[in-house]
Amino acid sequence: MTVSLGIDIGSRSVDAVWLNDEGVIIDSLILDSGFDPYEVANSCVDSSTWDVLTVTGYGRRLAAQSWDARAVTEITAYGKGARAVYPEAGCVLDIGGQDTKVIILDSSGHVSDFDMNDKCAAGTGKFLEVMAQSLGYSLGEFGAAARDAQSSVAISSMCAVFAESEVVGLLHKGANREAVARGIHESIVKRTVAVLTRMRASGPLVFGGGVAQNTCVASLVKDRYQDEVVVPAQPQILGALGAALLGLESY
Amino acid sequence: MSEQLDYREMWTELGLDLPAHDALLAAVGSMYGETFMTQENRPEAIGYLDFVMSEVHGLRIKELHDFRAQGGKVVGTFCLFVPEELIRAAGAWCVGLCAGAEWGYDEVEQIMPRNTCSLIKSFMGFKLTKVCPYIEESDLVVGETTCDGKKKAYELLGELHNVYVMELPQMKNADDFAFWRQQLVTFARKIEELTGNTITAESLKAAIVEVNDKRRALQRIAAARAASPAPISGRDSLLATQVAFYDDVPRFTQSMNVLADELEERIKNGQGVAPATAKRILITGTPMALPNWKLHDMIEKAGAVVVGEEMCTGSRYYDTLVDESVASIDELFDALTAKYLDINCACFTPNNGRMEDIVRMAKELNADGVIDYALNFCGTYQMEHTAVERALDAAGVPVLRIDTDYSGEDTGQLSTRIEAFLEMI
Repeated sequence: MTVSLGIDIGSRSVDAVWLNDEGVIIDSLILDSGFDPYEVANSCVDSSTWDVLTVTGYGRRLAAQSWDARAVTEITAYGKGARAVYPEAGCVLDIGGQDTKVIILDSSGHVSDFDMNDKCAAGTGKFLEVMAQSLGYSLGEFGAAARDAQSSVAISSMCAVFAESEVVGLLHKGANREAVARGIHESIVKRTVAVLTRMRASGPLVFGGGVAQNTCVASLVKDRYQDEVVVPAQPQILGALGAALLGLESY
Repeated sequence: MSEQLDYREMWTELGLDLPAHDALLAAVGSMYGETFMTQENRPEAIGYLDFVMSEVHGLRIKELHDFRAQGGKVVGTFCLFVPEELIRAAGAWCVGLCAGAEWGYDEVEQIMPRNTCSLIKSFMGFKLTKVCPYIEESDLVVGETTCDGKKKAYELLGELHNVYVMELPQMKNADDFAFWRQQLVTFARKIEELTGNTITAESLKAAIVEVNDKRRALQRIAAARAASPAPISGRDSLLATQVAFYDDVPRFTQSMNVLADELEERIKNGQGVAPATAKRILITGTPMALPNWKLHDMIEKAGAVVVGEEMCTGSRYYDTLVDESVASIDELFDALTAKYLDINCACFTPNNGRMEDIVRMAKELNADGVIDYALNFCGTYQMEHTAVERALDAAGVPVLRIDTDYSGEDTGQLSTRIEAFLEMI
């Protein structure tokens, strides 16, 4: 049996997916990148058996060189992974720890366009983390609090640094904590939907990446996107899955 | 080694800050090695450019220095709109000034906003930190009212150097042509005053033919790049156009014709610098001044080959010639006016000619995709991204937008985008 290993070396997590030759997931792992993501990835590579290795994520090139593996960008990998979990996918949204990607797929599942916001933390998982902390929530509580809020307070800053000041200001003026949490989530989704509109995204949208697990963001995206939104059971491993599938194809 | 001493004396005479200048040369030298010398199977004739660059602040500066010692005048420029022909017709030499490296930004940011285009910050940085022998050898620096940034930057540069600013129209209507022609006449008088020489129909005609010959040589190289496999890399081609701005005209022309001969031979033998399966990319956008090789390097190291540049350091330099068939001084000025106003820079409105050129070049060069490049804070070119994308979408050509600067900060993000684009097309 052929085993294809796909690894996504990201800024916050290193994800690994092992596939058999039928493309079925044998195993998967999500590990914290820590301060040496390469070492974390190396441990997956060394401690398991595999026949073909494909690497994606920002650490891909260095990794591919050391392990004699193929490197593919996250764009191609995510496109592949999304299409595998949802064959009718027309577009992919990935809101990760430090970047956001929109990938448009054509009718045969190939990437036809893409957009990346990786120049600043606005609208990414990092933004949510900073905001959760300034409001005194854990990340898990944050999404739930926002989802259940009865009202919303608009946040105008998208910059994580300025938004923090804005939030502190609002709390001092007596704004309701849940409403502010809701406002933050709405501002991320507003920005995200603006990108989807600009990219003329259509068809079922597969929503992956860590932030897809935030129930408030997921539900707001579902409300505001004109077509079906699918959050896979394991949204974080889409990149690693796509990489493993590409490895299988080329083997 | 006595040559080296001569250079240091010369640099000191020019008022350069020697330690800072040494640092610059070392940095550029190392960049050059990484960008150019890591290539394989380069045409032999490219050795001329390697030599020129190895002597970039040496031999060429000595030539300018000796020329001026005999009474010659050197005119420094930043932009393609400044007609080299008029400068040469008066017996002066025209040198394009470098503006392609992040240098002296701390000093620059004391007098200019941080959010200024890198090209402007670069030339101001070079001047303020006294590391550029070319500008120090310029008896006159000519600026132009192209973009807002440059317009205001020349005011500041004018405090540090002898600067003359040409006024470029914003549109290309009949009255703009008349206005630009008058600007050329006024500029001609300025150069005559600088040199003490008169521009005649003969001297102007001769200069036009000389500069046209240079363009013709570059056209041959550009045409060769339509072949598959590409006989020359984008990096080497870009370098050729960059050097065209300041090298000795007849010598450069001759060397480029030798290069073009070799490329044409390579095409017959199917010899390329990259496999025929390598993705072919056309780049369009803001000029890439020396020593800015960042984007070409990233694209070609990712396994693609750049087959053309729709930019001032590219097709806009050599695509159109000045009409040589006319003889009277008036007709020659008309010819210059027509050719120079034909440059499709985003400073003009509208700029549809550029969109047409991009689509045409993409087809002629069999480009698999186009990268639309703009420097951060470049209002005009960034605004034109939309028009470029629409034109290429309509033509069915994939396009990737890149906004960047000269720093190495965004290399990771850029390489992901470029590689994803290459995987996609």
